[in-house]
Amino acid sequence: MAAMSPRTRSMRRQLIAQLVASSAILAAVLIFLFQGFARQFAEESLDNVLMASTTSILESVTERNGAVSVDIPYAALAMLGSVSDDRVFYRIDHGTEFLTGYGDLESADLGADGRTGFAASEFRGDQVRVVTASRLLSIGRVTVTVAQTQDGLSARLDTLFRRALVLGGAFFLLASGLSIWVATRAFRPLDTLARSVARRGPADLSAFAPTPLQEMVPLVAALNRFVNRLKRALGRSEDFITEAAHRVRTPLATVRTQAEVLMHRIEKDENRQTLRDMIRAVDESSRAAGQLLDQAMVNLRTDALDRAEVDLAACLSDVVTRLRPMADLRDISLRADLSDTCPISVDAILIQNALSNLLDNAIKYAPPETDVRVTTHCANGTATIRIEDGGPGFGAEDPEPLKERFVRGRSATGTVGSGLGLTIASQVFEAHGGHLTLSNREGGLGACVEVSLPRS
Amino acid sequence: MRFLLIEDNASLAAATADRLALDGHVIDVAPDLETARAFVHTGSYDLVLLDIMLPDGDGREFLSYLRSKSLDIPVIAVTARSEVLDRIGILDLGADDYITKPFDFEELKARCRAVLRRRAGAMSNTQRIGDLEFNRLGGTLEIAGDKIELRNRELRLFELLADNSNVILSKSKLVDRLFSYDEDVSENAIEVYIGRLRKHLAGSSVAITTIRGVGYRLDV
Repeated sequence: MAAMSPRTRSMRRQLIAQLVASSAILAAVLIFLFQGFARQFAEESLDNVLMASTTSILESVTERNGAVSVDIPYAALAMLGSVSDDRVFYRIDHGTEFLTGYGDLESADLGADGRTGFAASEFRGDQVRVVTASRLLSIGRVTVTVAQTQDGLSARLDTLFRRALVLGGAFFLLASGLSIWVATRAFRPLDTLARSVARRGPADLSAFAPTPLQEMVPLVAALNRFVNRLKRALGRSEDFITEAAHRVRTPLATVRTQAEVLMHRIEKDENRQTLRDMIRAVDESSRAAGQLLDQAMVNLRTDALDRAEVDLAACLSDVVTRLRPMADLRDISLRADLSDTCPISVDAILIQNALSNLLDNAIKYAPPETDVRVTTHCANGTATIRIEDGGPGFGAEDPEPLKERFVRGRSATGTVGSGLGLTIASQVFEAHGGHLTLSNREGGLGACVEVSLPRS
Repeated sequence: MRFLLIEDNASLAAATADRLALDGHVIDVAPDLETARAFVHTGSYDLVLLDIMLPDGDGREFLSYLRSKSLDIPVIAVTARSEVLDRIGILDLGADDYITKPFDFEELKARCRAVLRRRAGAMSNTQRIGDLEFNRLGGTLEIAGDKIELRNRELRLFELLADNSNVILSKSKLVDRLFSYDEDVSENAIEVYIGRLRKHLAGSSVAITTIRGVGYRLDV
């Protein structure tokens, strides 16, 4: 089957890849969101601390004798130090007048309420978070700005990011594992069906068992429809062959029988000769028809050999028993040594038909009152059947072409035959991986037909 | 012998009955299974010739019917079907042998003989001809206690002569019966077999006489 589509894709692998990619994206989103929340949370808490510090400084601004007095409480800056080791800068303004602190520190713009403002900016080469709060005193607006470097925050964010990475990675691995498990499980019924199709013998055209899985129902139904079509097609072919045989052979039988009856009543030699020729023609056409139909049937069956374990010797013994009356008619003794049992796995019907063709040939071409000898040899790997007759043999001609359709040997002149017997036989043995060899008997008169069949 | 021929094709059945009658057999023809079932219960047959394809069923049904009724009549199935197909079932279902249409009546006789011989074993069903004991089935002649085994062609020739004793049979007729139609044989070939039979018959009251230019006659 693989030869039919050079590039196959695995649906299972594709599904796994898609699921793994999805989990990777989910993991990335998770890390990103986690980091975002963490930053927001950290910044907010830092802002709150900064705002608290700013507010407490602002609270300490008082008016004394028309001047602004600031007494920065220790706690205001200490609370910042407790959060991290970051440096803290501040400035206090009275209206637009700079009072104390770092004059080059920029205040943040006040928000909508006009009292507080937040900003992220750079101060002396460091990223800083700036919080500004202002308060209106009787002598004017006092603005306090506190800034803190962000090193502690970055360090904490880095730690959180690493944790997020680990968490995301773990999530990714877990999701991937689950994906593989799920995909494998999902395709298990398909594998089971494929195995049950593969396990079938060639002749097994029974319906597949209904599946409880809804998604598999159309596939199983289609498979069953296909099997049915195949069964019908095979049945039609076999019926046709059977019907054709019946239609051809029954009238031929009538003609032949009537000719034989007539033969007994006619005394005149010329008429008898005519009748004899008629009977021969009938025999010839019925034999040809029979063998053509046989070959059609063999073609149909060699595609799907119905192999079973049989004893080759018993098989051959049946054939010999059936042909013995034919041999008797010609006073030919069929000498069969079939004492060796030989278990072999073959399509017994086809093998018997082929052997029957071979033996029939031997009986037909051998002179009366001679022996036809049938022997089997059962070796480990191969079974050999040898049929030797005391006929004219193949002479000097090459016997191999006799295996082709409608080719008949020179010695066949004067005998009814279609030239298909050896073709059918050879085809059957080759379908079994065996071989048919035609030769002249060593050191004596007659033909030797040897069949070798592999036993496994 | 008494035959039951089960065949639906009327002209083939008639021709077959005619042909078998020529050999001195009695034949009843049943065109379908129903008639055949009636026949097997009323008549006693030595052998049934059963066509496999019949209008009211498969001939194989008849085989199972015979079996179910414990009717132990030898059956030779006659079939027009492919030989490859035929091996399935016919012999398994209890036919003794089968023959494919169209057939040579010598082959049919040979098969009948083989079937009956298998059935009867070496039963001595002999016929007395002059001072001879002739066993058709076993193919033996017994003259004053001496048993002679006949070869198949000798047997068939003697049978012909014995069935037409005191009648002249032409060489050409004997050749037609003894050799198959697809063999090219001269009429002189018969002389060999006549010679052999004469040798076997030496010392018996039965003799084969040559009628010059006409044929042979068994004088009993």
